[in-house]
Amino acid sequence: MKNIKDAKNNVSLSRRRFLVGSVSGSLLMAFAPLVGAVGLGDSPQETLKNKLFTPTVWFEINPLGEVNINIAKAEMGQHIGTALARVVADELGADWSKVSITHVDTDPKWGYMVTGGSWSVFQTFKPMSQAGAAGRIALIEAAAKILNCPAEQCSVENGAVLYQDRSISFGDIVAKGNFNRAFTPEEINALPLKPASKRTLVGKPALALDIPAKTNGSAVYGIDVELAGMVYARPIIPPTRYGSKITNVDDSAAQKIKGYLGYYLLQDPSDNLQGWVSVAADSYYGAIQAADALNVSYQVGKTAKVSEQDILQEGERLVADKSEGGLFIDEGDFSAASTKADQAIDAVYRTHTVLHFALEPVNATVEEKNGLWHVYTGNQWQSLTLPAIAKALQVTDDKVVMHQQYLGGGFGRRLFGDYAIPAVLTAKAIGKPVKMVFTREDDSRFDQPRSPSVVSFRAVFDQENKFTGMEHALAAGWPTLSMAPGFMPESLDKKTRVDMFSTSGADHWYSMDNHRVRVVNNSLAQQTMLPGWLRSVGQGWIVWGLESFIDEIAHQSKTDPIDFRLSMLDGLGKQAGKAPESVGGAKRLANVLNILKQKTKDVKLAKNEGMGVAISSGQERTMPAWMACAAQVHVEPSSGKITVKKLTMIVDAGVIVHPDGALAQVQGSMLWGTSLALHEQSPIENGQVSNLNLNTYSPLRMSDVPELDIEFVESDEFPVGLGEPGVVSIAPAIANAIFQITGVRVRDLPITAAAIKNA
Amino acid sequence: MIVFKLNGNKVSSAADVNTPLLWVIRDEFGFKGTKFGCGIGLCGACTVHIDGAPVRTCSFPLIAAENKNITTIEGLENKHPLQQTWIDEQVPQCGYCQSGQIMQAASLLASNASPSDQEIVDHMSGNLCRCMAYVRIKSAIKNAAGVMSAEVQTFDPSSSTQQS
Repeated sequence: MKNIKDAKNNVSLSRRRFLVGSVSGSLLMAFAPLVGAVGLGDSPQETLKNKLFTPTVWFEINPLGEVNINIAKAEMGQHIGTALARVVADELGADWSKVSITHVDTDPKWGYMVTGGSWSVFQTFKPMSQAGAAGRIALIEAAAKILNCPAEQCSVENGAVLYQDRSISFGDIVAKGNFNRAFTPEEINALPLKPASKRTLVGKPALALDIPAKTNGSAVYGIDVELAGMVYARPIIPPTRYGSKITNVDDSAAQKIKGYLGYYLLQDPSDNLQGWVSVAADSYYGAIQAADALNVSYQVGKTAKVSEQDILQEGERLVADKSEGGLFIDEGDFSAASTKADQAIDAVYRTHTVLHFALEPVNATVEEKNGLWHVYTGNQWQSLTLPAIAKALQVTDDKVVMHQQYLGGGFGRRLFGDYAIPAVLTAKAIGKPVKMVFTREDDSRFDQPRSPSVVSFRAVFDQENKFTGMEHALAAGWPTLSMAPGFMPESLDKKTRVDMFSTSGADHWYSMDNHRVRVVNNSLAQQTMLPGWLRSVGQGWIVWGLESFIDEIAHQSKTDPIDFRLSMLDGLGKQAGKAPESVGGAKRLANVLNILKQKTKDVKLAKNEGMGVAISSGQERTMPAWMACAAQVHVEPSSGKITVKKLTMIVDAGVIVHPDGALAQVQGSMLWGTSLALHEQSPIENGQVSNLNLNTYSPLRMSDVPELDIEFVESDEFPVGLGEPGVVSIAPAIANAIFQITGVRVRDLPITAAAIKNA
Repeated sequence: MIVFKLNGNKVSSAADVNTPLLWVIRDEFGFKGTKFGCGIGLCGACTVHIDGAPVRTCSFPLIAAENKNITTIEGLENKHPLQQTWIDEQVPQCGYCQSGQIMQAASLLASNASPSDQEIVDHMSGNLCRCMAYVRIKSAIKNAAGVMSAEVQTFDPSSSTQQS
């Protein structure tokens, strides 16, 4: 059973060699399989030249000394290409001003392509470092021959190899040298990597390579792609996510729209689309109008009347019924602790449906040429999306190429790129290139929303009012169940399979003598929507409840909430952490919390203000970014109006590869956390999300931005992901502050003024 | 046929006169920097200058552009101080909203060379940044204002379209 993170981690070098060869006057470097079907007896140079390999990482240096590094990750605002290129370039000893990147199209040679889960830096740091180091050694060896000096006395600096007072640039080495070198897996593992103190690029300030094009309109997103002879299309989203059937289409009104070309019933063998029609026109405005004018009758699916309340009620039933779902954690003996307990507290936390609302509405532009389908779009998980497109077209995977574009926001919506399917089916129906763009409302109705969630807690206390155990039950729609069911391990009791993305966070770093977690899929949510992975995924709703309830336990046991947390962060047993990804374990979480405690202890709070604290270790136990957050909040007594004045965050994410990029991710994710805590919801009405556009869906604006104070802990530990974890602790920190101010324990996201006022 | 000036050049469009100007700018004239976000004028991604004023082109019909002077992000020609501070402060994340943010901010600085924090917030709160790069947007506007005051000149967003 592989999880997605490991499946994707095929740049691990255990079965790969590294090839360095002169090809067409440039130096080409690549990882290639140790044993391939072809080219076994060929030299590295021949293998590279004839492309007799399937490399997963490669880069090249031309005779001008320019280094181009291929990036198989989606660029959606995290400046990932810059971070990964700096890892390679640092070990290589390259001149950063001569480094460029290329975002590659789908090709099996790249291996598994997914950008998400905050995994990119975490997973590629080591192989990218090794690739750079191997390149450096090859360059030194070649330079030593040219300079006629011992290789071991050469060093590399800023794009040149140095020997005593002489130097030769990478470009000259490439022009004069002949490279034909292979590194075995053993040699790769023995490559000397730079100690942190010798790094020149990693951890140092850098301007992101993708930013200039994003200040002058020249950056190309999926929606900007144009193909010769293309027509414009818009889909019509059926009334239910599943099971709608078209009974009649009347296009008499659409016929009057200028440029209207026709409508197409989309039969989807991949079954992602059920009851879909698209319209085409010679302009996008024409397609918008024609779709509005088309009169489609449906036999609706069975979830056509489902409401948010129905899903939440089902969730409440599921968490209450102990026979439902399966065990995720069962440590100590909660039942025994419960029997012996003198007191108990119970609480139910919930979250409402929220949208991704990436600002670029989903879209795809498609053409078929000589039997090959070209799909131009921004996508996070090509290895999941491409086979679905192929299935929809009833062609084999090798007949589809996805051309990656910049993503106008990903946030998890562009993982499974189901939005490309209506585009390819429309192109197939018309027999012409098609650009399909969803309107904002179409995009919202076809979102993969974050499922409503219901989570119950019970904490038990002994006669001295000491906390002795916790029971935790979680119910929600599960993204992985619908979109990647192969990646779900069995529960402890073998009763069910578990979506790890809908449990992550329940496996926290607190030491508890007795701890039980039961997880249940909310099948009503599952049938009504396609539940999505939304930035911070399960951690976002699970830790909301957990860190609020930990606060409840602290208050019940009459201890300071920070000290109570610290007392459980002992780093013992399974909480000790593992090398390399979680060295130090809970002690590092205690460290960030202690720093936060010191930093905020003298804050003077005004009347009706409070400060709440929460901690998090997203995005997974196998990749924890240690974070502690304090939210300084004001609540207006008469109205319950909530104002977040300031958020203070302490972050330990190990080595920070691209510091400004990391800061940007934490800033953005903290404001995402604030927005999800206070501003966003799109409750299900009649089987669909109800708030479709900005007139009713209201993400945080500049006027709502609190002061942010973000501090990174200096660390040489292994780098972990930072794209999402900053979201996680914000909502509970705000809620814990609200409790301090008002004595009201809010247990629903988003938190509303009404919930405080009416409490 | 609707005639107007687009980034300094006289152009004409035969599109349906009710077509939102956004699609004419993007699909007919190829200025793709102006983006489609919400379609109802509430996100600001489609902001351009029409006779110097910031306008949401997703909700502005072609017919109303007759004889107007229109500047898109491309019309700033990488010369606006905001474009440099946007790079200096590493503002964009996904970048999709940023053309609109820059055009909206440019219209503020054209009329108010040294806006206060509150004036910036008031002027910019109609522009959604889904990556929530707001802290940097605000600070890049302040710094551009500083640069512009130091140069003792004010950028006129319509200048590049006034020559022809």
